[in-house]
Amino acid sequence: MSFVAIVRQPINPSDILEHVGSEEDGANILFVGVVRNHNEGFPVKGVRYEAYEKMAKSVLEEIVMEARSQYGTDRIATVHRIGDLVIGDVSVAVAVSSHHREQSFLASRYIMEEIKKRLPVWKKECYLDGREDWTQGVTPGSPQLTEPE
Amino acid sequence: MLFFASYREAVGLGRMNVRLPIEATVSDLISELHSKGEKFTCLPDSVVVAVNHVYSEPATMLNDGDEVAFIPPVAGG
Repeated sequence: MSFVAIVRQPINPSDILEHVGSEEDGANILFVGVVRNHNEGFPVKGVRYEAYEKMAKSVLEEIVMEARSQYGTDRIATVHRIGDLVIGDVSVAVAVSSHHREQSFLASRYIMEEIKKRLPVWKKECYLDGREDWTQGVTPGSPQLTEPE
Repeated sequence: MLFFASYREAVGLGRMNVRLPIEATVSDLISELHSKGEKFTCLPDSVVVAVNHVYSEPATMLNDGDEVAFIPPVAGG
């Protein structure tokens, strides 16, 4: 029942939620990551996401499989958008449903943390003053902590 | 070979082919690139590499036709 995709079109969060849920589940969780209007104190007008698409799809599937195995639910949907996004656009959505809320909270958190650590996707911040910079990011396999977001 | 994001911009291309001796490893490939000139010095000695879409170690042996990707620090989400 898991659903995984790397997409170029806008993400509608309610569509992602429709991939999960069942009569046996009492908890549906939806995490939505959106483009914010600032980075490191500078105003941002948008971002560009680039991916190694074939690998990103397989890494995302691997992450979801790990979450299924660790948290005991296969009702998981994860979508990451690439291309040019503007402020407020949804960049990533993770939906999980499970019998009880703890499994869904933990699984969605695990998926987001692993995306930050190893999904081959890169983000370029496009600032209002015209500058464009690749976000520093995390080296896959390193013990480096992700930034709190 | 594939280069993405900051590596693609620094190297100046997204894709290139290279000939290596039989039984060459990922580590040999990195050394070969570093010997090719300044534009490849953006790739650190410890650069993260994926072979055929799987994160790989320096000792991973390469085979004819393998797709090797150089992975800059990731920033999805």
